Amino acid sequence: MELPEGFVAVVKQDCPTCVLVDPILKEMESRGTPVTVYVQDDPAFPTVSRVIDDRALEHSFHLNIETVPTLIKVEAGHEATRIVGWERAEWEAFTGLSKLGEGLPGYRPGCGSKSVEPGIAERLAISFGDVQFGARAVELPSLQDDIEYCFEHGWSDGLPVVPPTEERVYRMLQGTRRAADEVLGLVPPNHSECTITKVAINAVMAGCKPEYLPVVIACVEAALDPAFCLHGLLATTWFSGPMAIVNGPIRASIGMNWRGNLLGQGNRANATIGRALQLLVRNVGGGRPQGADQSAFGTPVKYGSCFAEDDATAWTTLAEDRGIAAGASSATLFSADGPIGCADQKSREPKGLITSLAGTLVAIDHHRMANAADVVIVVGPEHGRVFDSAGWSKADAVDALQSATRIHGHDLGMGTDKSAAAAAHADGDGTLAKFREGGIHLVRAGGDAGMFSAIIPGWLVKGELGTDPVTREITP
Amino acid sequence: MTTTLLDPTGELDPVERQPLSKPASLDGLTLGLLDISKARGNIFLDRLDTLFTERGITVKRYKKPTFTRPAPVALIQQMATEVDVVVEGLAD
Repeated sequence: MELPEGFVAVVKQDCPTCVLVDPILKEMESRGTPVTVYVQDDPAFPTVSRVIDDRALEHSFHLNIETVPTLIKVEAGHEATRIVGWERAEWEAFTGLSKLGEGLPGYRPGCGSKSVEPGIAERLAISFGDVQFGARAVELPSLQDDIEYCFEHGWSDGLPVVPPTEERVYRMLQGTRRAADEVLGLVPPNHSECTITKVAINAVMAGCKPEYLPVVIACVEAALDPAFCLHGLLATTWFSGPMAIVNGPIRASIGMNWRGNLLGQGNRANATIGRALQLLVRNVGGGRPQGADQSAFGTPVKYGSCFAEDDATAWTTLAEDRGIAAGASSATLFSADGPIGCADQKSREPKGLITSLAGTLVAIDHHRMANAADVVIVVGPEHGRVFDSAGWSKADAVDALQSATRIHGHDLGMGTDKSAAAAAHADGDGTLAKFREGGIHLVRAGGDAGMFSAIIPGWLVKGELGTDPVTREITP
Repeated sequence: MTTTLLDPTGELDPVERQPLSKPASLDGLTLGLLDISKARGNIFLDRLDTLFTERGITVKRYKKPTFTRPAPVALIQQMATEVDVVVEGLAD
């Protein structure tokens, strides 16, 4: 951008310091120093002869003005250096003119530029910056309600979405350092390309704040890992949907909930991060109920499910178990149906509690089915205390649960492989594992009061043929 | 002022909503005839009713209270649940 020779001042009438320096700019002009004033609000305000109306703030945007007044020294059409606010000695040295503004106060700080006011910066960046969204712009008919438009075009999960305007998507994209056009992979079932921009658009619609975007991106990366088997999970007649568990410092920085009602309503981050992933599957992937999504019943989990683990307990965290370095943040994706409550208000030692939990676990999928779906057990603080006070580690609890949930061979049925059943009779004690090795995941979270735990089973089809949990580190 | 939204989809479909594809045959379908209360529209629709019925197609009749306003929601819902195809008389 070519600037007029001499000095350029950027001012606004709504700034007392700009009003103060206006006669000084006039004085500079009358002493033979060329001055051009760009004014952000009232073009009739400056008294110098060369005034440029910058109410559109295009010049202020390109000059990256943060404070008014800003005085810029121009050499060969380009900025050489700049000062802001009013300080007589500084202005005198900067302009080479002595005794400037005699009789005026010696120092006044400037005011904020109109170009950096909240909500304005995004608009200017979109209007005058080189912003490429890499998504089709859809112009709404006049008088069309934007939220209804999103419903009518099938962009919603059934609840209202936040209309993804350019400003909102631009703000959302400021939540990550990743390039907007970076491709994360292909989203089933349509195998459409998923860029960071598409993630941002769906995150806006879900109601996310920009600072949640890195978590959403990690969830999308995990979902697109072939090990997670998103296509099968989406298409299955079973209940499950994706559920994200977040560990690490980002939980607190974005205000996630790992305490009371963490699986329920009321926390924006918990509510919207999982929803963003599911909207992405719907919109980018084209996965819709009674279309590619053939779930017989579905589950509320499919509106989106995300919560944080309490990282400050005696047990290792889910992130540590899955190889994430201490101090890093991560998201782990599971397939999940709704939670089943397990109440045990009597056990004061781990063995009794294991018996209670095992009794509920055995009923998962079918009480006579061995090798059932993987399960996440959210161990509440009061149940956790029973394990901690007896010195039980997480591994101790998992081992005990595996032993306590084995199904007797004569009880087997409902999908249990007959040859496996025969093997159970042939060797060992005639029992088969209810859960595969590594199929019981314990995490710690929940409200302080209540001797309960939440048992969350997942998709029946697991491992190589189906889904495995996938963890991704959350990076800026 | 118009609003611009950014497309959240995989962009495989046109932006404009597409009408449902037309049925290849009316066999086994139920047909609705919507009279919008414009003068003499009923004469045209009566004739269609006769012709469709002669061909063994189930016909149901509906009428908007006035052509000057959109159909009441209850009428739209009733037609949507009762018929597969609608013929609407639009002018005098």
